[in-house]
Amino acid sequence: MRSGVIAQKLGMTRIFTDAGEHVPVTVLKVDHCQVVAHRTMDKNGYTALQVGVGKAKVKNVSKAERGRFAVANVEPKRKIAEFRVSEDAVIPVGAEITADHFVAGQFVDVTGTTTGKGFAGGMKRWNFGGLRATHGVSVSHRSIGSTGGRQDPGKTFKNKKMPGHLGAERVTTQNLRVVSTDVERGLILVEGAVPGVAGGWIYIRDAVKRKLPTDVPMPGSFRTGANGAAPAETAPQAQEENA
Amino acid sequence: MNIIQQLDQEHIEKLGKTIPDFQPGDTVIVNVKVKEGERSRVQAYEGVCISRAGAGFQESFTVRKISYGEGVERVFPVYSPNIDSIKVVRRGLVRRAKLYYLRDRRGKSARIAERVDRQPVKGAKGKAPAAAE
Repeated sequence: MRSGVIAQKLGMTRIFTDAGEHVPVTVLKVDHCQVVAHRTMDKNGYTALQVGVGKAKVKNVSKAERGRFAVANVEPKRKIAEFRVSEDAVIPVGAEITADHFVAGQFVDVTGTTTGKGFAGGMKRWNFGGLRATHGVSVSHRSIGSTGGRQDPGKTFKNKKMPGHLGAERVTTQNLRVVSTDVERGLILVEGAVPGVAGGWIYIRDAVKRKLPTDVPMPGSFRTGANGAAPAETAPQAQEENA
Repeated sequence: MNIIQQLDQEHIEKLGKTIPDFQPGDTVIVNVKVKEGERSRVQAYEGVCISRAGAGFQESFTVRKISYGEGVERVFPVYSPNIDSIKVVRRGLVRRAKLYYLRDRRGKSARIAERVDRQPVKGAKGKAPAAAE
């Protein structure tokens, strides 16, 4: 089981294939995604990588957090997440995972936080049909209707679908195809929609329900600098040239 | 320019298309690549452009024509690789961006006056009656 990657959703666009078909893609940006710490079987009882992404201002990072980054010799990160890995897929601390960690054509599972929709009614939240437009319906065209029985059972059952808060929840979309990757700019283009708003954090992992292609880099595709800070120093300049 | 605009720009350059300048109301010939089994050929679709929607790389346009007495509309992405070329046949003088009113019209009332450049002032006066026909 390989490590995943934290990315930022930039938005959607389209790509035309050579056959003339158009493919809707979501653009995900992997920005200085470095391994910050390990979780080991001996010490923690499971094997995982702690991965951080982005670049946090030092003044916004607590002293305790700074200590943890200092141990790994990595610049403070904006977002940290853990990815369970098998013991043969451990990537050294400080290594920067690059966008070609995933290969074009492979399938990935993508996790994000969906767009918050606030307090939503039954029609929007559960696809209820609402009431009729005419035939005496008054004021309650979008209401949910009846919620239960009569004297028996004499109550509304638990988990009855009702209006309430919708969105802003963690959702995983499975089996999205990777269309292409761009290592220099750290972009991963994934076919179809990805949960969440543009700018939201996205976790990308190999699809659990698909066979992993044989040509994926095996512990992962990463680059290691002399220390953790070195790749973080060089990469932003390369980006400015692109922009 | 943000990264998505950059990607779009690169894709436009990669496709290497030259799109003529046309507006709603213009009559255009769209040469569409049609694939029949193994072979592919080019089919011309001529009609009035009744709308352009979207912007940049995502832009599309609608072409309406009357085929055997039946109105036909096709929507093409402007940068579609399935389009061989676009040719402007006639420029139309219209006052709106979306000519959906043409759907309810037939024959005489569905005509569009020709748009003539007003650059040479004297020339424009002479051509005005001709454009109205």
